[in-house]
Amino acid sequence: MVLTFLGLTVVTFFIGRVIPIDPALAIVGSKASNETYERVRAEIGLDLPLPVQYWRYLAKVLHGDFGTSVITSQPVLTDMLSVFPATLELALLALLIGAVGGVPLGVVAATHRGRWPDHLTRLLSLFGYSMPVFWLGLVGLLLFYAKLGWVEGPGRIDVGYEDMVPTVTGLLTVDALLDGDYDVFRNALSHLVLPASILGYLSLAYVARMTRGFMLGQLRQEYVLAAKAKGLSQWRVVWVHALGNVWVQLITVIALTFGSLLEGAVLTETVFSWPGLGLYMKNSLFNADLNAVLGGTVMVGVAYILLNLISDLLYPLVDPRARERT
Amino acid sequence: MRAWLLDPAPASRRQARCGRWFRAWLGFSSNGLAMTGLAIVVALVLIAVCAPLIAGSRAATLQSLGDRLQPASRAHWFGTDELGRDIFARTVFGARITLTIVALVGAIVVPVGLVIGLPAGYFGGAVDAVLMRLTDIFLAFPRLVLALAFAAALGPGIDNAVVAIALTTWPPYARLARAETLTHRHAEFVQAAVLQGASRTSILFRQILPLCLPSVLIRLTLDMAGIIITAAGLGFLGLGAQPPAPEWGAMVASGRQVLLNQWWVATIPGIAIFVTSVGFNLLGDGLRDVADARG
Repeated sequence: MVLTFLGLTVVTFFIGRVIPIDPALAIVGSKASNETYERVRAEIGLDLPLPVQYWRYLAKVLHGDFGTSVITSQPVLTDMLSVFPATLELALLALLIGAVGGVPLGVVAATHRGRWPDHLTRLLSLFGYSMPVFWLGLVGLLLFYAKLGWVEGPGRIDVGYEDMVPTVTGLLTVDALLDGDYDVFRNALSHLVLPASILGYLSLAYVARMTRGFMLGQLRQEYVLAAKAKGLSQWRVVWVHALGNVWVQLITVIALTFGSLLEGAVLTETVFSWPGLGLYMKNSLFNADLNAVLGGTVMVGVAYILLNLISDLLYPLVDPRARERT
Repeated sequence: MRAWLLDPAPASRRQARCGRWFRAWLGFSSNGLAMTGLAIVVALVLIAVCAPLIAGSRAATLQSLGDRLQPASRAHWFGTDELGRDIFARTVFGARITLTIVALVGAIVVPVGLVIGLPAGYFGGAVDAVLMRLTDIFLAFPRLVLALAFAAALGPGIDNAVVAIALTTWPPYARLARAETLTHRHAEFVQAAVLQGASRTSILFRQILPLCLPSVLIRLTLDMAGIIITAAGLGFLGLGAQPPAPEWGAMVASGRQVLLNQWWVATIPGIAIFVTSVGFNLLGDGLRDVADARG
């Protein structure tokens, strides 16, 4: 885990080195004198040997210092923390849709193998993981926002409702509820529901497919037969005994889904002009704001590593066998 | 012919081998979905190869500002985009770019995965530990974000998009090759080769590698859809093929500006991406089923 983190920072560090845009030049501009340029270069440490530079970089990253964004002139960490809740809100709701819909769908597909619920689930999954998310987002906007007018369009909230509720959690819908401001809540939810459903559908496709596979593996086992022979109801055998044994694997799948939602944010947030981490990274990318891009990469990478850690820690809670071993 | 192929007691090695392939084909071809996938992929390859014939007189990059944003018509089957280019021709030529990308990524990740995975599985010990640790590091990386950072660092363009995708795609291949090698390394035919004095390299590449290839290639087919979608995503963000190249993701991005009034500009290349990845997914699933039934 520590190694993965070191590997991640080595990669981002080297990306920072090979990038053709000279950060010193980006700060001083092309009209600056050679002298100023050299001074800025020395200031940001570009004249030092590579390992020293990496060491400095690592020390800074560990202190949460990703440098200053060239565009906003704020520390990258501050920027990222201010946009991250938007990404989190979207990803959490999508994950909820994916897990609540995907697990039962996968279970039903497994118990009805070869019959229509199974075919339907497989078709839904196939479409889900064959679909480019940015395209589905655009089609969704076209249909539900432009043609049918069921939901609000791009962005997180209408301009008129901006800054109406105090920030507590950073999740707009939750903040609005805490404040008791239902107009803001309704507006925020209306903006949220389309991107979250689309991401939720893609997660659902993956979760349902994996659940189906795991459940098929369990239903073949002898304990299922034994439980049935003992006279337990089909419902109890499937949803309690068999499903209980796949939770460990499902937690990993759900953690992975959450990770892919975080990184997929770059595309969805671009489509929906959603002011989160993904859009922040994308905008930084096109303005040659290297600190911000690499900061975002490290942040998503760390989120990945943490998700793996959390799913490892959850195993013993859901699976007594894992508890005994440790 | 059929009887010869299905003969339970083949008279020659060649007959046995052909028979095995034929049985696998019978299993595969009885799977309707897999055949649909195969048909889509074959059609895609044909379209890419014969793109100039199919597009006829329409050119993928010819601008004609007088005809911009036309809906579908007899002259322009899928309408025209914001620069008056024919969307049908662009979609057809886009198949070439997409296939080039997946072929190049495949050509990088399979050898890299084998070169890392085979020695790790065969030698074990410290070699295994070092190589697999390296693989684990790359495996834990967020794929799209890393590809994005790479593409940003190396500059936008197809080559760099391919490198970026390949860098984040190879780890599962190394693990797969390692796992396959572990199951075969103590097999009798390997011991026989050792007794005959075969070198380690020769054992790895002539005895074990051919056995790893099927599972690696099936995995590649299953990954193709993901590669296509990631590549299209990079293209959509402006980090893949550069204009005026007719890359599907970039075409969707350009259609985004006029989505509300001229829906076809963004929608049609997206359908192309979708159909292509459905094709590869179905084909991959079918191949895996055949391999599982055999193994």
